[in-house]
Amino acid sequence: MLAARDLTKEYQSGTSALAVLRDVTFDIPQGTFVSIVGPSGSGKTTLLGLLAGLDLPSRGTVTLDGADLTRLDEDARAKLRGEKVGFIFQSFQLIPTLTAAENVQVPLELRGDADAAARALDLLTRVGLGDRTDHFPNQLSGGEQQRVAIARAFANRPRILFADEPTGNLDGSTGARIVELLDELNRESGATVVIVTHDLTLAEHAQRVIRLKDGVVVEDRASRAGSEPAPATDRTVR
Amino acid sequence: MAGSAPFSTLMALAWRESRTARRRLLLYMSSISLGVAALVAIDSFAANVQDSIKEQSRSLLGGDINLRARNGFTPALDSLLDSLGAAGVPSAKVVSFASMATAAPSGGTRLAQVRAVAPGYPYYGEVITAPAGAWSTLHDGANAFVDPSLLISLDANIGDTLIIGFARFVIRASLIDVPGDPGIAATIGPRIFIPDRYVAETQLLGLGSRAEYEAVLKLGDGVQSPIWVAPLRPRFENAGVRVRTVVENEIDITDSIAQLARFLGVVGLIALLLGGIGVASGVSAFVQKKIDTVAVLRCLGASSAQVLTIYLVQAAAMGFLGAAIGAVLGVGIQFLLPQVMGDFLPVDVGVTLVPSAIGLGLAIGVWVAVIFALRPLLVLRRISPLQAIRRDDAVLAASARRDSWSWIVNIALVASVLVLAIDRADTTQQGLAFAAGVMVSIGLLYGSAALLSAAARRLVSPRWPYVVRQGVANLYRPHSQTRSVVLALGFGSFLVTTIILVQANLLKSFDLTAEASRGNLVFFDVQEDQRTGLDSLVRNAGHEVVSQTPIVTMRLVGVNGATAEQWAAANALPARYWALRREYRSTYRDSILPTETLLTGEWFGAASPTDSIFEFSMETSIVGDLKLSLGDTITWDVQGVRMRARLSSTREVDWGRFEPNFFAVFQTAAIEIAPKQFVLVTAVDADTSVARLQRDAVRRFPNVSSIDLSLVRKTITQIVDKVTLTVRFLALFSLAMGIPVLFSAVAATRRDRLREGVLLKTLGATRSQIVRILLSEYALLGLLGSLTGMLLAFAGAWALVTFVFEGTFTAAVLPALGIAAAMTLLAVSIGVLTGRDVFRETPMAALREG
Repeated sequence: MLAARDLTKEYQSGTSALAVLRDVTFDIPQGTFVSIVGPSGSGKTTLLGLLAGLDLPSRGTVTLDGADLTRLDEDARAKLRGEKVGFIFQSFQLIPTLTAAENVQVPLELRGDADAAARALDLLTRVGLGDRTDHFPNQLSGGEQQRVAIARAFANRPRILFADEPTGNLDGSTGARIVELLDELNRESGATVVIVTHDLTLAEHAQRVIRLKDGVVVEDRASRAGSEPAPATDRTVR
Repeated sequence: MAGSAPFSTLMALAWRESRTARRRLLLYMSSISLGVAALVAIDSFAANVQDSIKEQSRSLLGGDINLRARNGFTPALDSLLDSLGAAGVPSAKVVSFASMATAAPSGGTRLAQVRAVAPGYPYYGEVITAPAGAWSTLHDGANAFVDPSLLISLDANIGDTLIIGFARFVIRASLIDVPGDPGIAATIGPRIFIPDRYVAETQLLGLGSRAEYEAVLKLGDGVQSPIWVAPLRPRFENAGVRVRTVVENEIDITDSIAQLARFLGVVGLIALLLGGIGVASGVSAFVQKKIDTVAVLRCLGASSAQVLTIYLVQAAAMGFLGAAIGAVLGVGIQFLLPQVMGDFLPVDVGVTLVPSAIGLGLAIGVWVAVIFALRPLLVLRRISPLQAIRRDDAVLAASARRDSWSWIVNIALVASVLVLAIDRADTTQQGLAFAAGVMVSIGLLYGSAALLSAAARRLVSPRWPYVVRQGVANLYRPHSQTRSVVLALGFGSFLVTTIILVQANLLKSFDLTAEASRGNLVFFDVQEDQRTGLDSLVRNAGHEVVSQTPIVTMRLVGVNGATAEQWAAANALPARYWALRREYRSTYRDSILPTETLLTGEWFGAASPTDSIFEFSMETSIVGDLKLSLGDTITWDVQGVRMRARLSSTREVDWGRFEPNFFAVFQTAAIEIAPKQFVLVTAVDADTSVARLQRDAVRRFPNVSSIDLSLVRKTITQIVDKVTLTVRFLALFSLAMGIPVLFSAVAATRRDRLREGVLLKTLGATRSQIVRILLSEYALLGLLGSLTGMLLAFAGAWALVTFVFEGTFTAAVLPALGIAAAMTLLAVSIGVLTGRDVFRETPMAALREG
């Protein structure tokens, strides 16, 4: 389970503090597919960064599977990410110098897994790239790169997966296939998926939609297309 | 739960991740290659020379022990040598003196170094001759073996007759290699070897003539020369004989080679440190490109230590490769060095690989590469995973400033420079001074770069044309390359200009010296009864006699009533101090010469022979050496007659002039009646007249030697040319080492300027506008770097010329400006060259890159 309590992030602007996120509180049960939406500058990416332990809040806490991320140092958070978290980025963020297979292996190798190569091959096959394992990112199309990124995100069997505009750099049909793939892997693995997106169609694929505006949660509801409504306990909004 | 990655996995990841960056990283790391090459070449060659000296130490001396007596061997010494010979320790004598040699039938005449050697000499080593193996026939008759250069200058051939003094010899062979003599010996004074039994026939070794008497002794196998000679040493030394064992000789030569190696090593060290700066700016650029990857790695669970390890492994591996390239280059140079420096060395150098030198060069190279790379690499530790979703350079820069590790690395960096400098220098003080000099130079260059940035920010005016404004603005924008480019250019131009300025000043002093001499043909060893005859000979031939200077030989036996030994003891001078024991060749005259400057006291006037005490003037440095003061009374032994004289003045002498100069100058009345010789300086116009006059003089006065100053000038030019070649090599080397550093510095901001250029293109800038922006930026950088370097060079060259070479510094502005212009052009070319990518890249591609 992922829990945010009173999350606030402020940046110093001259002598005054500029709050980009204010008192955000919610719980996301294990296995839920959640999308965070909002206009540019609403604090979506900041929230994602805080939830994933990429950054620390000015106030408030984030608890991931019982671990308070705000009490962990940078390296402890990195270790936790290596064990429990997967990432998908808008610009894919594959390491350009590594092949598709090697990119997928990285999180496994960083934690010392011996079967990294076999697992990478398995995942790439599952995302339909079993025949392109030795290709470098610049030899793959955008959709293929994002599929490698998804394989990499699931490599360490994450408890939670964060996706930042995963279809933002893709055309409509490729984006739709990526979303299907995410959905499928979410169901199979039981991982929580948190997507930040502008794309309302994509957002409605989730079970629950959290809308931000000016750094505040203005809406937290079950998605219209969602298969089941979000649990009531997860609607704690301020 | 899985553990963390083993080191081998990180190594593998580092290796895979470096794929596309390897070439670029290697380019940055190649900045250290030249420095490593210099260290490996110098250390290896020095080791080779020292090994060769060790192997050839007996050949260097010609025997196990060398005895040297200025005034010849006394009968007592001769009988001692005879009895040693009877006891199984043979000795061979060598008498060396300068004499005119005349060839028949050509009639060519030239001053040469004659060495009359006893059979058996040398006991070790082989004199190589042409025809080969002729050395053993030297003693078969009145034979002479000569340097090939003498054959050329005398226009003589093998088989011709050679006249030395009153004796005639047959030239049997030419000398290819004489053990113990550096190759340049033949250039300085051509050698003639004759059998010693013909010395008397030459009639050249009379009273007061200058000759050096030596004997080499051969001990039995396994006998330690220092131990063997110890009980005999006092007997030899009391008889005025200087004793040198093969071990002492070896230590002396090895020490001077080590000193030379250390000096050259400093150049290598500067190259290496400059390379380190290149590595730092190159790696800085590398780090900028890796921010995204590192942020992703951090998102994927990599710890800061793992990230640093991955990139440190890459840097170290490429640093090793850069150093290895340098080591290979160094070994190549090592094999070339004997050809460049062989003439200056007394041994034939056997070139072999020296693993310790290669290993040390590699280790120092890798260390410098890693320590300089570590500073920019530390930034990677602070890259937040958040950068993967939102790039924020300001956060990155701020976090780098807060990193306490960067202070630790800074301290390690300064400590490394200190340790390397102290290790290379002769003394700790010199090492500290060198390190301080390097740091001050870097500080000044950095300071001037910072000033330029600040000035650019203040001075840039909206009225300037846009392209100039943009170019100047580039000097102070974030991530600007101003500091690193100014540093690379400035250091390069500093080194090259210093070398060229010092060389120009040294050459200038030779030119001045030659021009200032009034005569061009000098006759010496002219006996009193030959003076008038020689004077008429010169005048009758239509030439001018510029001066006739008397020379009286004497020794110093007492000061202020004390004996020389007592004076030495009282003034803490070494017991057998050279200045107390040497033979003084003095003169008398009542006036001071233009080449002398009176420093203290008053110049004496004419004296009468009845004066109770005479006055004399002494050269200032020897007054200091002897701890004398004005008014001191010195007792001189003038060829057996004691004479007291009062020191009434000290003077500075310009020894560089080709004119007779003296430590002690006496009132005429003081020593006029003593036995003396004369030096005649004459002015002769044409080369042919010089040769004719020399030939006529040697025919009438065989003991009189003459020096053709134009020949001396030519000889000096030859030596200077050889030195110049080495200097040019050093200058070129300094320039070469600046180039990779400059490339690294420019590469550091390549990405920024590429994006900027493409953006400008997108906004409608033409190719020529972009080129002009680049031109104004790089021209300013180049000008500032090279002019600051030039000013530093003036300071450095002034210090070297004034304190090391003890000359007067003249700023050779034109060559310095030439170098500055060349360096500026270099900067502009490199800058515009990197701008090529701007034209190659389509706006879309660059903008998509993000």
